Amino acid sequence: MATEALPQLKAKDFASDQEIRWCPGCGDYAILAQVKKVMPELGIPREKMVFVSGIGCSSRFPYYMNTYGFHTIHGRAPAVATGVKVANPELTVFVVTGDGDGLSIGGNHLIHAIRRNLDVNILLFNNRIYGLTKGQYSPTSEHGKKTKSTPMGSVDNPLHPLSIAIGAEASFVARTIDRNVQHMADMLRRAAAHKGTAFIEIYQNCNIFNDGAFLYSTEKDQKDDTTLYLEHGKPMIFGKERNKGIRLNGLNPEIVTLGEGGIKEDDLLFHDEQLAEPSLAYMLSRMRYPEFPEPMGVLRCVDQPKFDEEMTNQVKEAKAKRGEGKIADILNEGDTWDVAG
Amino acid sequence: MTMPQGVQERTTVTIRFAGDSGDGMQLTGTQFTRTSAIFGNDISTFPDFPAEIRAPAGTLAGVSGFQVHFGSEELHTPGDEVDTLVAFNPAALKTNVDDVRDGGMVIVNEDSFGTTDLKKAHYDANPLEDGSLDKFRLIKVPATKLTQEALKDSPLGNRDKDRCKNFFALGLISWLYGRPLHAVEEWIDQKFGKNPDVANANRTVLHAGHAYGETCEFFEHTYHVSKAKLPPGRYRRISGNEATAIGFIVAGKLAGKDVFYGSYPITPASDVLHVLSRYKHFDVKTFQAEDEIAAVCSSIGASFAGDLGITGTSGPGLALKGEALGLAVMTELPLVVLNVQRGGPSTGLPTKTEQADLFQAMYGRNGECPMVVIAANSPADCFDTAVEACRIAMQHMVPVNLLTDGYIANGQEPWAIPDADKMAPIVVKHPGPVKASGGNGNGNGDVDPPLFKAYLRDDRLVRPWALPGTEGLQHRIGGLEKADVTGNVNYEPENHEHMIATRQKKVDLIAQHIPEQTVMGPDEGDLLVVGWGGTAGALRTAVERVQKQGKSVAHCHIRYLNPFPRNLGDVLKRYKKVLVAELNCGQLRFILRGKFLIDAYGVNKVQGKPFLVSELENKINELLSN
Repeated sequence: MATEALPQLKAKDFASDQEIRWCPGCGDYAILAQVKKVMPELGIPREKMVFVSGIGCSSRFPYYMNTYGFHTIHGRAPAVATGVKVANPELTVFVVTGDGDGLSIGGNHLIHAIRRNLDVNILLFNNRIYGLTKGQYSPTSEHGKKTKSTPMGSVDNPLHPLSIAIGAEASFVARTIDRNVQHMADMLRRAAAHKGTAFIEIYQNCNIFNDGAFLYSTEKDQKDDTTLYLEHGKPMIFGKERNKGIRLNGLNPEIVTLGEGGIKEDDLLFHDEQLAEPSLAYMLSRMRYPEFPEPMGVLRCVDQPKFDEEMTNQVKEAKAKRGEGKIADILNEGDTWDVAG
Repeated sequence: MTMPQGVQERTTVTIRFAGDSGDGMQLTGTQFTRTSAIFGNDISTFPDFPAEIRAPAGTLAGVSGFQVHFGSEELHTPGDEVDTLVAFNPAALKTNVDDVRDGGMVIVNEDSFGTTDLKKAHYDANPLEDGSLDKFRLIKVPATKLTQEALKDSPLGNRDKDRCKNFFALGLISWLYGRPLHAVEEWIDQKFGKNPDVANANRTVLHAGHAYGETCEFFEHTYHVSKAKLPPGRYRRISGNEATAIGFIVAGKLAGKDVFYGSYPITPASDVLHVLSRYKHFDVKTFQAEDEIAAVCSSIGASFAGDLGITGTSGPGLALKGEALGLAVMTELPLVVLNVQRGGPSTGLPTKTEQADLFQAMYGRNGECPMVVIAANSPADCFDTAVEACRIAMQHMVPVNLLTDGYIANGQEPWAIPDADKMAPIVVKHPGPVKASGGNGNGNGDVDPPLFKAYLRDDRLVRPWALPGTEGLQHRIGGLEKADVTGNVNYEPENHEHMIATRQKKVDLIAQHIPEQTVMGPDEGDLLVVGWGGTAGALRTAVERVQKQGKSVAHCHIRYLNPFPRNLGDVLKRYKKVLVAELNCGQLRFILRGKFLIDAYGVNKVQGKPFLVSELENKINELLSN
C-alpha cells in the first residue's frame, strides 16, 4: 500500500475562522501562538486532534483552533475528555483549563484524570486570579490577596498545581511561562510525546486583574535568580552568574554558592525526571519564590499504564476469551424455559 | 402420625420471606421464584430490603423481605395480600404480619423467639403465645434446631451450619407448594461447587426442610398451582435493571456502536453498571466515574467521539447531572440518562420506590431546556424502553431521560425473549470526510474545504453527528448559544429566540416518529385511568377487575412523556372522567391539566411502596359512583 505523505501544515492551518476575544495583552495569545506553532511539528492531522476546555478565559481556546473542539462546562473538561479518549483512543486530546476551572470547581475531575493516567495533555493556565468573572481571588492566589471579593485580603491558603498533580501521581509534570515562548514550545513538544497524562502548568499573565503576578520570574534583572531551569541528569544550577545551586540538606533543599566553602557541582542535587518515586519532583514543586528559585521544565516523566489503553485491552481480552458478543446470545442467557403453543 | 391429606388447587399464591438482612431471605425468595418460573408459573416479585447493609441483628431496621406472586394466570403485580409469610425472627414478624390476609399462613422459626429477640423487636409479650396471631394459621418450626440436627455429621462450624437455615425454609415451602428441588440443587452445586462442605450442607438442609413438611402434622394439605397459559415461546426470568442493561447492549449492537456507560454507584441503579461491566465482549466500556457529574460528562464526551454514550443514576444523582444535561441539549448530542427512581427528596428512601422525579426529568435544568422523557412500565418492558431511548437519542441527536423505578428495577417477571433476527437495525449516519482541494492560500498550498456546518439541520431538525477523526469536518461545539447552521458562538437576540424555538420543535417533532397512544378497554366511556412507569401492572389489574364488574373504564399507560404521543389529547377527551394514578403528589396530572386543559382526578401515594390493586379499585369505583 502506498503511504500518502502528510501535507506539511503550518501554524496558520491550525487557526480557526473565529475572531479572538481575549483582552489585548493577555498571556493567552502567546500560548495560542506556541500551540499553533508546535502542532504542525507533531505530524498529526488536524482532524485527529480534539481540544476540550471548561469555563473561563483560557477555556475559549478551542474556538481558535482549526481542530475538533469542545467548550464544555465549568471544571468538567477532564471528564468530557475521558469519554472522548476512551471512545476513540486514536485521537490526540488536549485539555485546556485554568486555575479556577481546574483546581476549584473542577479539582475532583483533574486529580482523577491524572491518577488514571488517561493519555491526554492538560494545559493549566495559571494566572492566580478569576478573569472571566472579573477579578476575584482564585485557588492559586496568595494568602492575603486583596481582590473584589476579598477587600481585606484572602484568608485562603493557595493550592500549588504541580504539587497537586504530583500528589495524584502524574506521570508527566512540567512548568513553563507565557513570556518564555521557546521553553513553552519545548514543553508542549515533550508533553505531546508523552504517553499518559501530561500536565503542564503555564504561568500566564492577566494584565487586567492581576498584572505582573509573575514579573519576578520574567524580568531580565531578576529571572535568573528566581527561576531554576531543570535539565535531566544535570546539576541544579541557577543565578545570573550561574554560581548558585540547590543542595540537599537532610530532607530539605538549600541554596548554596558554588566555590564558597569548597562547594563543587558534584555536591549539588542532580535532576532526575525519571525517578519512579515522586519525592524529588514533589520537593521541587514546593520550591517557591521568594525563598527559592521556582523550577521550570519537566519535573517528572515516567512510564505508567494508561487508562484508555487498559480499557481498550480489556474489551479485546474479553472478546478473545468469549468471542464477539451476539445479540441472540445475550437474550437467551440465564434460566430459560419454553412454553409450547 | 398423620400424613397431610390431599392437594388443594390455587390460581395464584403470594409468599413473603422475611428475616434479618443476614438471614439470606433475598436468596431464598429468588430461588423459589426461579423454581416457579422454570415450573411454568407466571411470576412477579418484589424484594424489599433496608438501606443499611447490616443493621444490628434482630432489629426492626434490619428486616429484609422478598415477596413472590406466582400463578396459573397472567400476573402483573407481586400481590396485594400475603397468603404465606415466612418470618425468621420477631422483627420480621412484626414488620410484615399486617400484610398477611386473614386466615393466611404464618410460618415462624420458633427458635428465634427468645426473650432477647423479642426485646429487640419491641415485643412486650411473645406473639406466638399471647393469641395475637389467632386470625392466622400459625406454624411454629424449630428451624435452627432442625438445621443443626440435620448437619450433626457436617464438618462445618456451628455458625456456618446456622447459616444454612434459610434452605430449611426453602425446602419446606417447596414441599408445601409442590415444587421440585432439582433446580435449587443444581444452583447449589454451581454456586458452592468449590466448597463441597457448604454445598453438601445446604443440600442436606434443603431436603430436611422438605422431609419435615412431609412428616410433621401441621399441614392438612399441600397446594398446587398449575402452569400459566403464557403465549408460546422461550422465556427467561428478568429484573428491570438486567433488562435495562441488556437493552443498552442490544441497542449498541443494532446501531453498530460501542456502548460507553459512565456511572457513579448509587442505589438502586448500581446493578446496571454491574451487569454492563460483564459484557465487554459486546464492545461495552463501563466507566465508574469519580462522581455523578464526571459520569454524565464522560458519556457526553464519548457520544461526541462516536460511541453510544449512556449514564445511569437515581434521583439525587440526576440532580447533580443537571448542568451537563443542559450542555447535551445545547450541543445536540445523543445521550441516554437512566434514572432508576427512588424515594426523595434528598437522600430520601434509597431502597424504596417512588415516581417523584417526573418534574425533574421534564424541567430540572436551567433555561428553556427540553429533553425527551420515556418511562418503562415493568421489569421486562425495561428492555424495549431502553432500546427505544437509545434509538431516539441517536436518530434525533438528543439527550433522553429514561425513567424506571426501584420497584421494577429490582422486581422480576418472565420475559418472552424477542427474536434477535426480527429486530430492526438502528440506522445511524455520520457525514463522511471532505478532502482539501488543490490551490493556494492556505499554508501548504491546499485550499481547505468549505467550513463544516455543524448545525445544518434535516427535515426533522436534526444536526449531523460528525465524528472527530473525520477529515475536513473540524468544528467546535460548546455550551454557549449557537448560531443556527454554522454552530458558531452567537449572542444575537433573534438568534437566541430562534434556537430556543428550534430545540423545542425538534423534540416536539419526535412525536411523528413514535407510536400513537393505545388504551386497554373501551375507546370512550365513563372513566380513563392514566398512569406511567412501574405502576402499569397494578393499574391494569385494577381496571380489569372493575371492567369485569361491567363498568365503563379503560386504562391508558403513557410510555412517551415528552413528547406525548400525538393523539394523547384526543384520547383523554373521549372519557367523562380522567383519573391519574401516580406514586407522587400529582406530577403527571399537573402536566396533563396544563397541556390539555382537562380536569383530572388523582390517586396518589408516597409511602415508598407500590400501589395495592385494592386501593386503586376502590378509588376507581368511588369515582364511577359519584
